[in-house]
Amino acid sequence: MEFAFTEEQVMIFDTADAFLSEVSTAPAIRESMQTDLGYDPQVWDRLCQEMYWQAILIPETHEGLGLGFVELVGILERMGMRLFNAPFADTAAVITALLKWGGEKQQAEYFARLMAGESATVAVIDRARQWSADAVTATATPTDSGYELSGTYRFVSHGHSADMVLVAARAPGSEGSQGVGLFLVDTNAEGLSRKRTPTMDQTRPLAELTLDKVNVAATASLGCPGNSGEALTQLLDVLSVFVSADQLGGSQASLDMTVDYLQERVQFGRTIASFQAVKHKCADMMLKVEASRSIVYYAACAIDEWVQGRYDAAQLAEAASMSKAYCSDAFFFVSGCGIQLFGGVGITEEYDIQLYFKRAKATETFLGAGAEHRERIAHMLLAGEC
Amino acid sequence: MKLTFSAEDEQFRQEVANWLANNLCGDFEPIRFRGGPGDEHSFVAERKAWEKKLAEGGWTAIGWPKEYGGRGCSIEQQVIFNEEYARAGGPGRMGHIGETLVGPTLIAYGTGEQKEKYLPGIRAGKDLWCQGYSEPSAGSDLANVKTKAQFDEASKQWLLNGQKVWTSLAHESQFCFVVARTDPASTGQKGLGFFLVDMDQPGVTIRPIPQLTGTAEFNEVFFDDAVCSAGDIVGAPGDGWRVAMALLGFERGVSTLGQQMLFQSELDDIVKIAKENGAANDPSIRQRLADAHIGLRIMRYNSMRMMSGGEDGSLQKEAMIYKLYWASWHRNLGKLAMDVLGPESELLTDAPYELNRLQSLFLFTRADTIYGGTNQIQRNLIAERALGMPREPRGTV
Repeated sequence: MEFAFTEEQVMIFDTADAFLSEVSTAPAIRESMQTDLGYDPQVWDRLCQEMYWQAILIPETHEGLGLGFVELVGILERMGMRLFNAPFADTAAVITALLKWGGEKQQAEYFARLMAGESATVAVIDRARQWSADAVTATATPTDSGYELSGTYRFVSHGHSADMVLVAARAPGSEGSQGVGLFLVDTNAEGLSRKRTPTMDQTRPLAELTLDKVNVAATASLGCPGNSGEALTQLLDVLSVFVSADQLGGSQASLDMTVDYLQERVQFGRTIASFQAVKHKCADMMLKVEASRSIVYYAACAIDEWVQGRYDAAQLAEAASMSKAYCSDAFFFVSGCGIQLFGGVGITEEYDIQLYFKRAKATETFLGAGAEHRERIAHMLLAGEC
Repeated sequence: MKLTFSAEDEQFRQEVANWLANNLCGDFEPIRFRGGPGDEHSFVAERKAWEKKLAEGGWTAIGWPKEYGGRGCSIEQQVIFNEEYARAGGPGRMGHIGETLVGPTLIAYGTGEQKEKYLPGIRAGKDLWCQGYSEPSAGSDLANVKTKAQFDEASKQWLLNGQKVWTSLAHESQFCFVVARTDPASTGQKGLGFFLVDMDQPGVTIRPIPQLTGTAEFNEVFFDDAVCSAGDIVGAPGDGWRVAMALLGFERGVSTLGQQMLFQSELDDIVKIAKENGAANDPSIRQRLADAHIGLRIMRYNSMRMMSGGEDGSLQKEAMIYKLYWASWHRNLGKLAMDVLGPESELLTDAPYELNRLQSLFLFTRADTIYGGTNQIQRNLIAERALGMPREPRGTV
């Protein structure tokens, strides 16, 4: 049993720490979140050219590194620690979809573009409260040469800037998880319009995309057209794990910065870190951070197992919902406690803890909050599926 | 990072499972799933016999080096043994204190004579041990031990006087390891000794402590000029605290996954009842069932992290949260069990005070967050040792 990182993985993470501590500083994040793009394009270029992180999941046969999800999730965790704001997780989700369901030609074409530094994202729902195949409203109407896609998507992470978007759309007249397909669309396609939607958490830009009779070739369809509801569910599960890794990093950073502050702040002639009421709150925060870490690492392994066909969809679903439920609540708890323990300065714009608190709420509702994922686990548990 | 055991370890698992299937049956059938926490008073004679059966099969002290009669099993194999043991319904071990605490301590710190005298009896499943740490005035503040050990020059042996409390299985044990003050002028962690005391002597009195469950797992133990031979002190006089703390570090979490198998069977019971009585239709119950399931899985991966970590004995963060985590989870499970049962939770199996498994779980888990370091002490330790926050001031009273 080796539920610990290999030396190679530790090296990758050390390098990631060094790079992110240089480029993803609080001033840099605050500056880039005010821009239209929402992140620093030069940092993205360095991420692709120097760090080669876009290549992590891409197989060596496509010039990638062919590494696994533990490596990826470890980097996502570190990005979360530093509020990193670029479409890395979204792009990785699309790469995962191509790995699992892409045909040879699709992989060759899209992996080459992604290796060259293009970004990608995922668009699923419009007005629904839940991310699921059932909630897909956009339509994919078969044409002579492919499909005509129409519909509106909201909550599209980095949707205003991504070079390509993997959209879910259903056959006209279909319902539920039936009839759903996944399509890769260039965001410069005719009929596609998009705008950034202002968000409470400014470190994770969201956009609204409208597809008005966008024509795509038959080769844009990933997996079985009209029968990809399950694939969509699995893709959302993978992305949920990615988000929970970000939440883990955010929780850890919230705890660290809070404890640092408590060790400095003096009241009643002693550091406030010396008060037991404060210490116990921090202990509860650390418990949730470490518990998050245990489930996130498991979920990363679960994705590896699933990609390699050793885990089925139910096992992936369980891992993803456990991870997303726990980490969503943990991050909100830890960053919320952080604000409380910072005291008055915690609610100022100047201190960074508020940025983490906002990111906690944003990542909690994105892809389903804790209660939704627990209900999914309850359903599986009571049906004897986990 | 891997989730699986090696093929060799899986073969070991099969060996364990086969042995248990062939031996935990017949006369031992009634003790399956019995004698765990809150049920330690049950089937004592049968469980003592079972310890000997385990020893005959070579399944006691499996983590000890072979030269001391152990199997020299790796951490992984010990984990596997505990998992299979729990899966098969292996009864609460009576020899676990000797096997997991006393044995490794003597192997590390004991004299040749002590090893020869005590290890074989533990290994054979014959000698049971109990722990003499806590006292009425040394609860969370364990170093506040008042029991005195005085060396009697005339008889060339130690004389112990004082009282221990919360001593599990004291009335069933041949021996007790006792922390007592060798320097009467000392306070706190200094001036203590670590003694190996024979329980079968006139100077030792045992009195059970009835609990809220109506049972009595714990005892008070009184020492009135209890004798301990000169050769039965581990380490030097004054060195007892170091030995006592080292003992607590030996277990290394190998039994945690086995403990979790027990938790899983409790949760399975609760889920089953929830489906039968309709509680599973209640959205708030559903949330809590899912939360319990998630919490238990996290416990598992947390343990796997603990056991995959460095062997230098230093406690990592995942190990530092473990007690607070499992105790709180288990206490919550006890309450969930009652809430799933609803009004039925009040009705006893029989008079005068026959609790069913889940009622016992509910009541006994209130102890989980107290013994072995209360939740409050655990939070102090986490804040101070893992987060580097200032230590609690020590009082002068």
